[in-house]
Amino acid sequence: MLLVHPGVASMGKFVLPPSRALTGIPGFDELTSGLPRGRTTLVVGGPGCGKSILALQTLVEGARRWKEPGIFVAFEESAAQIVANAEAFEWDLTTLQRKKLFFLDAHLPCTTLQSGPFDVTGLLAGLSAKAKQMGAKRIVFDGLDVLLSQLDDPVAERREVHRIHEWLATSGFTGILTAKSDGETSTPSRRFGFLQYLADCVVSLNHRLVAGIAVRHLRILKYRGGSASTNELPMIISDRGLEVGYFDETLEYPASTKRISSGVLVLDNMLGGGFFRATCTLISGAPGTAKSTLAGAFADAACRRGEPTLYVSFDESGAQIVRNLRSVRLALGSHIRSGLLVMHSVSARSRSSEEHLLQIRSLIEKHHVRCLVVDPLSALPDATADHEARGSIERLISSSKRSGITILATSLLANANAIGESTAVGISTIADTWIHLSYNVQGGERNRALTIVKSRGMGHSNQVRELVLTRSGVTLTDVYTSGGDVLMGTLRWEKEEQDRAALIPERREAEALRRGLEASIAETTARIEELTRDLGGKATELERLGSERSNDTESKTRRTGRIRGLRRFRASGPEKQPDRPGNAKRA
Amino acid sequence: MRKEPAAADGGTRKTKLVLRLYVAGSGPNSAAALSNLRDLLAVRSGDEDPVEFEVVNVLREAARAFEDSVIVSPTLVRLHPLPVVRIVGTLCDHEAVRLALGLPK
Repeated sequence: MLLVHPGVASMGKFVLPPSRALTGIPGFDELTSGLPRGRTTLVVGGPGCGKSILALQTLVEGARRWKEPGIFVAFEESAAQIVANAEAFEWDLTTLQRKKLFFLDAHLPCTTLQSGPFDVTGLLAGLSAKAKQMGAKRIVFDGLDVLLSQLDDPVAERREVHRIHEWLATSGFTGILTAKSDGETSTPSRRFGFLQYLADCVVSLNHRLVAGIAVRHLRILKYRGGSASTNELPMIISDRGLEVGYFDETLEYPASTKRISSGVLVLDNMLGGGFFRATCTLISGAPGTAKSTLAGAFADAACRRGEPTLYVSFDESGAQIVRNLRSVRLALGSHIRSGLLVMHSVSARSRSSEEHLLQIRSLIEKHHVRCLVVDPLSALPDATADHEARGSIERLISSSKRSGITILATSLLANANAIGESTAVGISTIADTWIHLSYNVQGGERNRALTIVKSRGMGHSNQVRELVLTRSGVTLTDVYTSGGDVLMGTLRWEKEEQDRAALIPERREAEALRRGLEASIAETTARIEELTRDLGGKATELERLGSERSNDTESKTRRTGRIRGLRRFRASGPEKQPDRPGNAKRA
Repeated sequence: MRKEPAAADGGTRKTKLVLRLYVAGSGPNSAAALSNLRDLLAVRSGDEDPVEFEVVNVLREAARAFEDSVIVSPTLVRLHPLPVVRIVGTLCDHEAVRLALGLPK
């Protein structure tokens, strides 16, 4: 399935306003809401800026997604070259070419002799016929300047451009003309300057070096009847074609009250229940303060909850991170295999911060990421020009928060305990929670200390904790203060042992008291039992006495009569005791 | 960018000439080209060699123009003798056109 930005995807479902034709270029349509339909759009830029790609992508996406076949008129390169170049993209031109795309070779062979002025009437007539045959709606004139410059007559050139412009308007085609600009400037060469006045939409592309890294930009110079931003926007060329770094700059997003675990139980408790969902947490600290470990714990917790997670690393390979975290019992490997965790390791210097951002964003969309780790985020401003990177980072964070993604970013500080370092502050203002890690060197040891510097909207512990990494996992322990010093590591352990030792006499006493009480209870219980037994015995006796008396009277009377009968002569004799059940004493 | 085709030797050899002119109706450039070509061929009228000459109106036969890779109008193509020679424009530079087509002065 074709991956699209949510905005574009939703727009594709609705009936388009008749005045706009979507390009399908991520970011571009959100910026402009499409090209003016039935009008001329001019794309200008120096060599290698992506003019032809922009034009071709508009045709390809139009044909694929909006059933608008297109014609590509190539004045500069041969059609075969254009198709070959587009192989790099996931566009499947060969399939489209059968019905929905037509490439016209329109470059004059160099052996062609020119004598006097010519015009493009014939070309347009041919295009009209072809367009009618295939139902084309979009037409690209790529490198028109190459053909027209052969006229070598400004007036004639202008006339031909007008001719094309009018032809597009009358036939209702959405047209894109591409033209070269003079060197580094974003305006078309003086020769075609008037094109800008003629066209309804002018898009300028450029390509320049910022701190030694090539950065592409796109700018809408003009848009009749539109209110598109005229700011310069970063742009990248990926395997899907162009992508424009357009972001909704408003800081409007819902604030979640749901909490998610940081992956470290004690840290969750310090924060009063974990991070808020869709917030950004920054972990700053010097090298080796276990920033990546905390990041790994967060990623692990996210995957355990079943949330797709993206781990962006600017300084380590994915395999290395997985191996390292295994030492603190974080098994990220299984999450990678299950597809929940995606590791994206790339050198920060390899491209502009904006390209990184767009790449991260497309990964987020591809994997429906819910939690994002960027480790370290500070690599971006370190590698590229600061203000550029700051903008990219802000956009990454705000767009992620808007999509409900929870971010954990780390920031490397050169100075171990300098919270106030400028870079960190720059990044930290956009973080909702800032956790600082530092070293505490004491008693010949270097221990890791964790502080929550700020945490928006949640009560949090003000205590410094010791971060303890063991084979069984990551945890935080309370630290001891002794005479104004914070005790960590072995000193803390010793203090804990002391405290334990101090408890021993107390415990013994309590034990003795407990035993005494237990004995006393046992004794009392035994007495109660005895008395109960006694009581039971007496009650039985009493009952027995009552029934025995009546029985005895009756049997005695009978017996007396019988004896009397037997003896006849004796009025009384010795009595025989009959067996009486219930007479045995009960236990 | 004017380049002399390799067919300049045609002037002395008696070869059948096959020409095709693509015009866009009676547009100014096309009309001028037709007129210029007629002038050029008229000079040659004394010659016994036959000239096959066809005019294609691309406004009526658009598909044919595309098939023959004709982009601009007017375009004159010399189909015979080989190599194929293409000349675009109004053919106002008679000298150059004559050389390119291999016509005698």
